[in-house]
Amino acid sequence: MIEIAGVTRSYGAFKALDDTSLSIREGEFFSLLGPSGCGKTTLLRMIAGFDTPTSGSIAIDGQPMDGIAANRRPTNMVFQSYAIFPHLNVAQNVAYGLKRLRLDAGEEKRRVEEALAQVSLSGLGSRGATELSGGQRQRVALARALVMRPKVLLLDEPLSALDKKLREQMQVELRRLQQAVGITFVLVTHDQYEALAMSDRIAVMFGGRIAQVAAPKEIYQRPVNRQVADFLGGMNFVKAEIVEESGASIIVETHGFGRVKTDKPQAFVRNGKAATLGIRPERLRVLWDDATSSHQVTGKVVDRHYFGEITHLIVEVPGLEKPLSVSETNNFGADDIPVGAAIRLAYDPDALVAMAD
Amino acid sequence: MTAAAEGSPPLRATRSRGGPLLQSEQAQGMALISPTFLYALVLLAVPILVVIAHSFWTQNYLTIDRTFTLENYRVTLTEPIYRDLLFRSLYISLVVSFVTVILAYPIAYFISFHGGSRKNLWLFLITIPFWTSYLLRVMSWKVILGYGGVLNSGLMGLGVIDEPSTAFLYNTTAVIITLTHAWAAFAILPIFVSLEKVDRTLLEAATDLGDGPIRRFLRITLPLSMPGVISALMIVMIPTVGDYVTPRLVGGKDGVMIANAIQAQFGKASNWPLGAALSVTTMVIVTAMAGITVFILRWAARRAR
Repeated sequence: MIEIAGVTRSYGAFKALDDTSLSIREGEFFSLLGPSGCGKTTLLRMIAGFDTPTSGSIAIDGQPMDGIAANRRPTNMVFQSYAIFPHLNVAQNVAYGLKRLRLDAGEEKRRVEEALAQVSLSGLGSRGATELSGGQRQRVALARALVMRPKVLLLDEPLSALDKKLREQMQVELRRLQQAVGITFVLVTHDQYEALAMSDRIAVMFGGRIAQVAAPKEIYQRPVNRQVADFLGGMNFVKAEIVEESGASIIVETHGFGRVKTDKPQAFVRNGKAATLGIRPERLRVLWDDATSSHQVTGKVVDRHYFGEITHLIVEVPGLEKPLSVSETNNFGADDIPVGAAIRLAYDPDALVAMAD
Repeated sequence: MTAAAEGSPPLRATRSRGGPLLQSEQAQGMALISPTFLYALVLLAVPILVVIAHSFWTQNYLTIDRTFTLENYRVTLTEPIYRDLLFRSLYISLVVSFVTVILAYPIAYFISFHGGSRKNLWLFLITIPFWTSYLLRVMSWKVILGYGGVLNSGLMGLGVIDEPSTAFLYNTTAVIITLTHAWAAFAILPIFVSLEKVDRTLLEAATDLGDGPIRRFLRITLPLSMPGVISALMIVMIPTVGDYVTPRLVGGKDGVMIANAIQAQFGKASNWPLGAALSVTTMVIVTAMAGITVFILRWAARRAR
C-alpha cells in the first residue's frame, strides 16, 4: 500500500531520516514508534506530502508520490493539535473537504452524518468548534478525515493531548474503527502501550533509522537490540557468552541463568563471543514455600516498589552484575515480601532472548 | 470576595486594618483606574457633552441663547452645502478605508507569512514615515502631485504629457491618495496581528482536505483574519471622516470635507451651535456607517462558509 524506498531527509548536516525503507500493507494498522526526534513525524509528514524527501521515493497504492502536492494525495491526516477550524461548526468542519467534490446537498449531508456516527458524535453537527471538549475535538478531526474516504489515514500522536482514561478508551475505539472501515492507518506515537494495544505491526525508530518492524508481541518479546527492548518496557539485561551457534538458534552461557538455548533474533549482529540476554520483569515468577521449578534462580530482595495491582521487587542474584527487576501481581502477597528476604524465582527459558548489544 | 482571599486566612488580620473599602478587589480595581478614568472623563466626555449642549442652543451675535431649539439640526440636514459636504466626507472615508485595507492586507500577509525572523525589522520599517509629522507628510504629497511636482515632471520627462497637468492636486482624488498613504500603517498592524494568530496547522489541515493555496486562503486565512480587517477598516474610516488638515492642504475647493465646514463655524462664521450640530450629526452618522460596515462584513463572512 505504502512503499517507502531509501528515503532520506536532511536539514543541513542533520539527517532527520536516514535511508529508510518500509512497506506498509493494505488495511493494516501500522505504528511508527520512537522517542521524540527519531524521525517518525518527519516520515509521516512526507507520506502526507507536507515534507519532501531529500532522496528516495514514496509510493502510495502503486502511484509514485514525487511532485504530488499534499492536497492531491489519497491520504488524510489527524493532526496532533486536531486543527479544528474555529470559525466553523462541527458539521461544517467535517464537510470541509467534501465541498470540493461538489456532491449534491443530500449526499453531502448523508456522508457527514455517517462520519459523525462513526465517531459517536451524532447530533452534535451544529455545535460550535470552540464548544467541544478535547475528546470531542479529536473525534471531529477523525470524522473530518474519514469522511474523505482516504486510502491511508495518518494519525500524528492523536491521543497525546487526552487524559489517561480517555486515551485508553480511544485506543480501543480507534482500533475498532480501523477494523470497521478497513482503511490503512499509520499512527505516530511515542507511547509504547498505545502502539502495542492498537497496531497490527510496529516500526520502532531511533535517530532517523528503523530499528525493527514486527507485530506487537514479537517486538515486545523478541526485540532486536537493547535500545528497542528498553523503549518498549522494563527489561533485565544479562551479559552472556556464545558457546555454540547452529542455524536459527544459539546456545549462550550466563552466570545467573547458566547455559541457555535460544532463538537467534532477526538481524542479530555477532560481536565476537559476547551477547546480551534479556528477560522481562513479569516473566520472572516468585516461587512460594517449597514449590520448585526446573528453571529457577535464587536471590535476595534488596528493594520493593508498590504500584497497587503489582509490586516491583529488586532481587540481587549472585553472579549477576546488576540486580533483577521482578514484576509480580499482588494477589499472592508479593507486596508483603520484606526487604532482605531470600527468594527463589522461576522463569521460562523461552522468555530469555538473545539480542545485539 | 474571591477564593484566593478565602484561601489565605493569615492575610486577613493585616487586611482588616486597611478599612472595608480597600478589602474588595473591585474597589481596588476602581482605585487603580480612577486617575486615568477621571482624566478621560474630563477631557473626553465633558467636551462631548458641551458640544451636544451647544447644538441645541442659538448664537445671538456675541452671546449664546440657551433656549432649546432643533433649528441647527434642521439647517444641518436640509442645507445642500452641509449635506453635500457630509456625503463627500463619508464617500472619501469609505473609499480611503477600503483602499487602505486592500493595499495593507498583502503587506501584512507578506510580513506574517514570509517575514521569517525579520518580522520586527519589517514592522519597524513600516513605522518610518511616522518619524516626520503628519503635516509634513501631507505637504510632501503636495510636492509630488503639484503643478511643478515630481509626478508632472516625471510624466513630461517620459513624454506622456506635454505640459504640467493640474488634474492631480486640489481635488477629491488628491485627498484620497494622501489619506490612504497616511493611514497605511494603522491598517497594516491590526491585520498583521490577526494573521499572526492564525494557527498554521489549520492551513495544513485545509491542504490535507484538498484545498489549493487560493481556496485555502479564501476559506481559512481570510475569514480568520476578518477581525483584523474590520478593526483596520474602523481605525481608518472613523478618523478620516473628520480629517481637517489633508482636505485643507491638498483638497482645493473640490476636496473640502465636513471638518473644514465645522472649523469655519467655530472660527470665522462664529456660529458655535451650528458647528456643534454639524459635529454631532457627523458623529452619529459615522457611528451608524461603522456599525453597518461591520454588520455587512460579518454577514458576508458567514455567507461565504
